[in-house]
Amino acid sequence: MQLDFSSDLSNVVKIIDTLKHKKGALLPILHQIQREIGYIPLKTIDTIAKKLQQTPAEIHGVISFYHQFRTSQPGEHKIQICRAEACQSRGSRGLEQHAKEHLDIEYRGTTADKKFSLDSVYCLGNCATGPNIRINDELYGRVSNEKFERLVSTFKTKAKGR
Amino acid sequence: MTIKMFIPRESTALSLGAHDVAQAVSDYSTQHKVELNLIRNGSRGMFWLEPMVEVETSKGRFAYGPVDVSDVPSIMTDITTNVLSKHTQAHSLALGLTEELAYLKKQTRLTFARAGITDPLSLSDYLALDGFTGLHKALAATSQEIVTTVVDSGLRGRGGAAFPTGIKWQTVHDAPSDKKYIVCNADEGDSGTFADRLVMECDPFMLIEGMIIAGLAVGADEGYIYLRSEYPVADEILQEAIVIATKEGYLGNNICGSGRTFNLEIRLGAEAYICGEETSLLESMEGKRGVVRFKPPLPAIEGFFGKPTVVNNVLSLSAIPYILSQGGQAYQQYGANRSRGTLPFQLAGNVKQGGLIELPFGSTLQSLLNDFSGGTQSERPIRAIQVGGPLGAYLPTSKFDIPLDYEAFTKASAVLGHGGIVIFDDTVDMLEQARFSMEFCVDESCGKCTPCRIGSTRGVEVIDRIKDDESRAENMILLSDLCETMINGSLCAMGSMTPIPVISAYKDFPEDFHLPSSNAVLEETNHG
Repeated sequence: MQLDFSSDLSNVVKIIDTLKHKKGALLPILHQIQREIGYIPLKTIDTIAKKLQQTPAEIHGVISFYHQFRTSQPGEHKIQICRAEACQSRGSRGLEQHAKEHLDIEYRGTTADKKFSLDSVYCLGNCATGPNIRINDELYGRVSNEKFERLVSTFKTKAKGR
Repeated sequence: MTIKMFIPRESTALSLGAHDVAQAVSDYSTQHKVELNLIRNGSRGMFWLEPMVEVETSKGRFAYGPVDVSDVPSIMTDITTNVLSKHTQAHSLALGLTEELAYLKKQTRLTFARAGITDPLSLSDYLALDGFTGLHKALAATSQEIVTTVVDSGLRGRGGAAFPTGIKWQTVHDAPSDKKYIVCNADEGDSGTFADRLVMECDPFMLIEGMIIAGLAVGADEGYIYLRSEYPVADEILQEAIVIATKEGYLGNNICGSGRTFNLEIRLGAEAYICGEETSLLESMEGKRGVVRFKPPLPAIEGFFGKPTVVNNVLSLSAIPYILSQGGQAYQQYGANRSRGTLPFQLAGNVKQGGLIELPFGSTLQSLLNDFSGGTQSERPIRAIQVGGPLGAYLPTSKFDIPLDYEAFTKASAVLGHGGIVIFDDTVDMLEQARFSMEFCVDESCGKCTPCRIGSTRGVEVIDRIKDDESRAENMILLSDLCETMINGSLCAMGSMTPIPVISAYKDFPEDFHLPSSNAVLEETNHG
């Protein structure tokens, strides 16, 4: 899918104008951009900086600090595997390995067909029923290797997730 | 006759298929012409039973769990032919009356009194079970009287640091300023914890009430909930709850007709563990990198945009409505030593019966395990338990009798923290867990202090060398020195507490570091 940069930019301007009155508006703005475009295109950083009267370096610094913000286009569905201790105690290390092999990518990677991005996450707050994964905004508990494969094949045919 | 049923809309239940079960129940009732009133409630926090389905009977709610979509027809038959008419049960998933379940009966639920009972977004449910009585008392009191009540309750910060909440409020109360803020720290990043999430998903008005009372106490008219973005369901429910509370006059410019003002807004984090540290959280809320601030000044004096700010954990603020409604003394009578009231423990990891367990301080890990856990999920023996999140110690079985109170845990070089209890069976490799603690710090350090930023990377390397049997004795000394440097040379808990699980791993499980238990190296490195 090719994104139209000028429409992205006008989108970003609209988002900033809607949110910039907030105290400490940058995170809400970055969240909204990523929600609408799927990531924060590097080309929008100058615009964000100018409108917030900050330097592009400051904006870039904030984007790069937080694991959630990304500057490249993700796959259609974002899969996150919890790698924190409670999930480890229920077998998540094996699941991580399996997921990487099954999708044939590493963390922060996107599959060749652009369907899936894979990321780790530290705790989804579902610690008594791990291993846990999150696909887009949905949480899945007690994820075995088989359940993971089943979910992947279900999402393969689904439209783009948020 | 209308059948009233309850199926949770809480994250754990949803992660195990609660939406599908609700859909199946609703479809069944349409097909079989059963009049159904289906409530999407919160969870009681008995997670091995989720999705738990309840039906209202004349004797109380009757429960089934864990329910799969395929169980729905037989459960509906059991409900209509046995439970409702004859008060008998025949279904293999029938659990009996919910209130009679031992897991709940053995608890002291003050903060979680309504969780799983109410529809989280029903204001009338909330009001029917003491909701907003604390607020009305607060509105009738002076700000100093509110602060004094909280001081009297003995409540200490439930985020983990255990600083007395009343003292913090007094400081903000006394700070002269034209503007003050209430910030709720809902960046519940500790592995093995979910109590904050449960509050927000199951009883959001309680948190809102606690924050309004905090505002009245210190003279703040603006509040923020800094919520981790890993909790989309909590976000959705809280947003709706804020809209309802505003519409009904509990939030806004004329709280309950009192002329007082309190406005509330949610701010989302962005997957950074460090932002659970209060000064990092404030930086993040100001739109910056979440780099930890030097203290002093304390946030109570110079917090959000330099103004006096109360930063409290979700559970601290959620204890407030009870304290105001029942009095500081009523809360204070629970607990042990200097740990007053109750702590919602969260039993997690490799456990059969994981969930939310609210108890007064003072019990022990062993008795909590005996009363609630049901053993490990893998049915293998327990080898280690990490209490207090990723910065908490791994406890060996010999330490399971330490009383669950803040000071007793500190004395044992352990951390009670936010009350997370993560169980590991005997397949755990403690060297790998120690390595993970360092690796986690590499990923999550804000980068301000060198021992934390660089030390954690060196920690991973040193542990790898120990694993490969490369100059093991020398590298153990190096690891111990490194831990000491991190403890003494870091501003916040991230760097200064990452060594706690590492040290506990090599001291209490030396065999995993290929060290004899009476190793001379360990004796020398005894600084824990």
